[in-house]
Amino acid sequence: MAISKEHELHTRRKSRNIFVSLALVAFVFLVFAISIAKFQDGQLIEGFDHSYRATLLKVEE
Amino acid sequence: MVDSTVISKPQEVRISEVIELLKPRVMSLVIFTAFIGMIIAPTGINPIIALASLIFIAIGAGGSGALNMWWDEDIDRLMKRTRNRPVPAGTVSGKDARLLGLWCSGFAIFMLALTANFLAAGILAFTIFFYVVVYTMYLKRRTAQNIVIGGAAGAFPPLIGWAVVTNGIALEPILLVLLIFLWTPPHFWALALVTKEEYSLAKVPMLTVTRGERITRRYIFWYSLSLIPIGFMIAFSSIGGPLTLGLVIVLNIMLTLGSYQVMTRDAEKSASDGYIREKVLFKLSIWYLFVMFAGLGVESMLHAFYEPYLVWPELF
Repeated sequence: MAISKEHELHTRRKSRNIFVSLALVAFVFLVFAISIAKFQDGQLIEGFDHSYRATLLKVEE
Repeated sequence: MVDSTVISKPQEVRISEVIELLKPRVMSLVIFTAFIGMIIAPTGINPIIALASLIFIAIGAGGSGALNMWWDEDIDRLMKRTRNRPVPAGTVSGKDARLLGLWCSGFAIFMLALTANFLAAGILAFTIFFYVVVYTMYLKRRTAQNIVIGGAAGAFPPLIGWAVVTNGIALEPILLVLLIFLWTPPHFWALALVTKEEYSLAKVPMLTVTRGERITRRYIFWYSLSLIPIGFMIAFSSIGGPLTLGLVIVLNIMLTLGSYQVMTRDAEKSASDGYIREKVLFKLSIWYLFVMFAGLGVESMLHAFYEPYLVWPELF
């Protein structure tokens, strides 16, 4: 049997690689979306470092 | 000469086989019940966090499915219903299935902890442990109560959904867990009556094999009856309402009648008509859970958008 450049194994591998790439891209977007959602929900994010940025604090009369 | 054993060894895993390993049908039930658990929770949640959490819960469920298929390869090969699964069919090696299961489970628990909270991730971890270690590795091959106790694993998703939103546990999701827990035995035993010979061949001690058909039919009926008080408790809790009450009445009448018909039949009669009543009960039980949970979701929407849409006694 002649050795062909494109074996059936390669096509199987290719489709799997495409799927894995898409899954990874989707995961990156998901983590990004989760981060944005968490930032939106968090009130005073800079509060965690114990040094509040003055501009983020409410002005008290 | 070509060595056939080399050819039959799994080579490159296809995506379709990976999906099959994750048990998509079980996964869809987990997603649905966890989603309802989120909807009925009293507080709100960011939709992106909810969607991401559902994805991770689904991946966790898939991981436990793959681990189940890895461990059960020997018995899956003996049963007609399961012999075409990737591992017994030889298209995926047991080692690959185990690797996929472990990675999916670990990844899902870790990501759910980061996305939602540690409580939800902890319940997910316990659910996977219960399904894989307690049910698959221990109970399934040792006791006729395998699916009774093991059914708890499939019952936890609404509790996980609730915990994702509230970071706590309450009576309402526990009632939903109880509902699925008590629903599982009649659901599986109805199927076990039809596939009795297969379980016997695979030496799985299902109730139909160890105690016989007559006892199993009786158990199906009594477990179906036990769903009635749980249904009423749900209807008169903070997540219930008139719609839930109506569904509890209708669905339980149907399930009780179906299980009564199965109980009053004997093996010869069932075999002669191809187990038609048992198959009907199996399908009915699927609809029972689906409609009940969908109804709870709709009721919760009514509460949210038409508040107060009516005064309802909350007894539990």
